[in-house]
Amino acid sequence: MSDPFTTIGQFIKDLLIGIGIDAVVTDVALNIVGAVVLGGLVGAAAILLIWAERKLVARIQDRLGPNRVGPFGLLQTIADALKLITKEVLIPRGADRYVFIMAPLVVVAGVIGMWAVMPLAPGLIGSDINVGLLYVIAIGAIGTLGIIMAGLSSNNKYALLGAFRTVAQMLSYTVPIILALLIPVMLAGSMGMSTIVEAQRSVWFIFLAPLAAIIFFISSIAEVGRAPFDLLEAESEIVAGFHIEYSGMAFGMFFVGEFIHAFTIGALFAVIFLGGWQGPGAESFPLLGLFYFVAKSFLMYFVVIWIRGTFPRIRIDQMNSFNWKFITPLALTVFVVTAILDKLSVEAGFNRTAVLLAANAIIVLGTLFLLRTHARSLRRRLEVTDRPQIQRSEAAGD
Amino acid sequence: MAALPIALNSIVSPRKPNKTKLDTYECGIETVGDAWVQLKGQYYIFGLIFLIFDIEAVFLFPWAVAYDRLQFYMVLEGVLFILILAGGLAYAWRKGALEWV
Repeated sequence: MSDPFTTIGQFIKDLLIGIGIDAVVTDVALNIVGAVVLGGLVGAAAILLIWAERKLVARIQDRLGPNRVGPFGLLQTIADALKLITKEVLIPRGADRYVFIMAPLVVVAGVIGMWAVMPLAPGLIGSDINVGLLYVIAIGAIGTLGIIMAGLSSNNKYALLGAFRTVAQMLSYTVPIILALLIPVMLAGSMGMSTIVEAQRSVWFIFLAPLAAIIFFISSIAEVGRAPFDLLEAESEIVAGFHIEYSGMAFGMFFVGEFIHAFTIGALFAVIFLGGWQGPGAESFPLLGLFYFVAKSFLMYFVVIWIRGTFPRIRIDQMNSFNWKFITPLALTVFVVTAILDKLSVEAGFNRTAVLLAANAIIVLGTLFLLRTHARSLRRRLEVTDRPQIQRSEAAGD
Repeated sequence: MAALPIALNSIVSPRKPNKTKLDTYECGIETVGDAWVQLKGQYYIFGLIFLIFDIEAVFLFPWAVAYDRLQFYMVLEGVLFILILAGGLAYAWRKGALEWV
């Protein structure tokens, strides 16, 4: 019973061939069943994810969170889903009906599609393409397309403005994600997700490229639209943004899609930087590998929720300048330094981990120094403009 | 998978449209003006800068995949490519194209 997944798959396949179905049809049918099971599991996991988020954010805010419906409030999400199902879906006058209804489907499909290339356990992956990372970035962009569909099809200028801002934010933060993801690709020598996990046998990539991990994490949070970057969909900002005209389950789909997306970036971080399913004894017991993967993803999801509960919201101009003036140059610097030093350290024979860690530390110190200089010059500029006012009031008091 | 709850919703929910419910939302008042607002130029500039970096990344991915087999001068060539594009970003920064109007 060392590999239950392959055993079950083989058993079903033999059963179907035994009935007399063609082998090719069996393969296709099994793939479709696998896709449906994966999508269903991820969607069902959303119930647990939303509950965990509400409880954690509540505790951070010194309150209890849902605790009445079911033991510890576990059934709260199901109750909310039932409520949303019975609400009327209003399609405003003049809105584009089909695009309006398709938009949440596109968003959720984009997010669930990311799970097709996740290596869940050794040998258990939806489809092991060797451009897995590029696929993940591309599918994330389809979610952005769904949001533009939502904003454009609601006959509402605020939804349109919200959709523009959302797309601007998501596009902007895709750049540091791509740059940060180039580093694990360099270190692993391939874009395939399972190859990246295998390449972390000796040392996890978070130790080889901690700054790239942090940049990827922050930019992913901004890409998903979670706090502190959630000005696009928070209720007090631009009247709830692009999904303002949605009610009932269509709105529920956006909501669920966002939570699944947040968990997905946790899982991506676990796969790319924390070693995916690796851990003691994972190769001989794939179920253990699956457990490690889920545990690591939940750990990163916890950090995402933690950040949400702790930081205040960022304004849109702060967000844009943060991206283009800080994170993107930082990502470029880290990438250039890692590329040069990795090649040099391999040729010169130094310990790769030590060299890269030292380089990352130096970049962090340099960045902090630059930030301090910049903040000091800003403060000095503000002090200079304050002084004439004081002198004027003294002159008036004479 | 996403279509199932929406389909369920359309079956189960009430459907009583009236004129006020079908109006579009504008902070509780009657809508003023067209729903198609004009696009600000700044969004276009961000999209353009994103496009430049995206194409750069598309060229860098094969370079990164082949990184183990590269010699040092090839690594430097890739770095030079990035530096040229970073110069473009610095130019946009100094020209004030990255300010949110």
